[in-house]
Amino acid sequence: MTRADDVVLQVEDLHKSFGSTEVLKGIDLSVRRGERIAILGSSGSGKSTLLRCLNVLEMPTRGRLILDGEAVGRPAAGGATRYREAELNRLRARVGMVFQQFNLFPHMTALENVMEGPLSVLGRPKAEARATAQRHLDRVGLGGKADAHPARLSGGQQQRVAIARALAMDPEVLLFDEPTSSLDPELVGEVLGVINDLSEDGRTMLLVTHELGFAYHFATRILFLHEGRILEDGPPEQVLKSPREERTRRFLDRFTAFRF
Amino acid sequence: MAYVWDFFAVARNADILLAGLGQTLLLSVCGIAVGVAVGGLLAAMRLSGRRTLSWPALAFTEFYRNTPPLVHFFWFFYGLPMAFGLTLPPFAAALAALGIQSAAFFAEVFRGGILSVERGQWEAGRALGMGRARLMRRIILPQAARRMAAPFVERSFELVKTTTLAAALAFHETIYSAMVIVTQTYRPLEVYTVVAGLFFVVLFSASQLAEWLEARGRRAGAR
Repeated sequence: MTRADDVVLQVEDLHKSFGSTEVLKGIDLSVRRGERIAILGSSGSGKSTLLRCLNVLEMPTRGRLILDGEAVGRPAAGGATRYREAELNRLRARVGMVFQQFNLFPHMTALENVMEGPLSVLGRPKAEARATAQRHLDRVGLGGKADAHPARLSGGQQQRVAIARALAMDPEVLLFDEPTSSLDPELVGEVLGVINDLSEDGRTMLLVTHELGFAYHFATRILFLHEGRILEDGPPEQVLKSPREERTRRFLDRFTAFRF
Repeated sequence: MAYVWDFFAVARNADILLAGLGQTLLLSVCGIAVGVAVGGLLAAMRLSGRRTLSWPALAFTEFYRNTPPLVHFFWFFYGLPMAFGLTLPPFAAALAALGIQSAAFFAEVFRGGILSVERGQWEAGRALGMGRARLMRRIILPQAARRMAAPFVERSFELVKTTTLAAALAFHETIYSAMVIVTQTYRPLEVYTVVAGLFFVVLFSASQLAEWLEARGRRAGAR
């Protein structure tokens, strides 16, 4: 039933302000099923905020969010949207998130971390949740660390467990918020490798990153955010090699200044 | 001339003192139970994010934290009968005063523990689709409990020592029993020294036990 233009997630006129600072100044975005979108931009461009608005960890100030053709929340005064708690929980169960700081549950083992969502949110039987969790840990190459607590794992391993935890919910959309930014350089590769391997699933993914090279190979589409607006939106080849905007060029130049 | 110690005067009345100590422990345990229950409620109100709930809880907490506990005891014992014609027996008045007063402190312990859990933990739970109650139970409280342990023990010790104020309501706890013995023996120095010793033994053993439990909890957590 997958149509060519099967839109899984749509954002209309999304605004987000923190106090008097408007971080997102009207974002319109259609995400088609299976797209892998890398979101680029300098710090303060609003890229992480945009990502966090997509599962409403950050409450949008204004705008609409449509998941699978269903509008989330109800319109309220001033173009704002009111969300009910239960509705948000359902949305978040379908839109997974991997954080910059991993945020594994320290009181649980790796396996328990991955089991937690299916077990307590989706209500899966324990044996099934355990088997699924083990499978996902195997997939990120950490099947042998199932019984280790996060404190015993390296940053890269923790992030891989976090990816397994998000996958265990079988989300329709998976969000990555700078997943390698707090890793030591030598651990970045293993995490990017795992994310890259997910491409074959055809899962819809949005990734905020500073790894331009990875974005180029991984993404099917690249967004460049600047001062709360989407400045550039296109295939990696076009956005990274022949950007339309001067701002984008300047941003890219900074990354390629020391090419060898 | 040197003071001649006579602990025999205390030993002869050991039964009175020990009965008093028993009452102190009873009042302490009941006080902690009331304090934890009411304190949990207050903490939940403060963390609810609704002003209609959090403000009364804040006012209550601040009031009890910033007024002398002896006044609370007098209110429940002497004040209630005068204001509302409600007479409480000494134990009930002491328990009410102690429980509610310590609830304000326990509420802060609980709240502090819960707020000390990193924001990322809340976000990770919410990102999985957890509702507030489940997030609290599965993610936040297990982590908060460990951080609450030390201040909780500290507060409980304060509470045990505060029970001595119940002597002012003629409740037969340790201090009141001591006063009874003093009027009979005129040996205040010996009697109160023994009282201090009793409290020390009880609280010091309790703190050793608490430390052992905490260490065990830490080990279990870091497996």
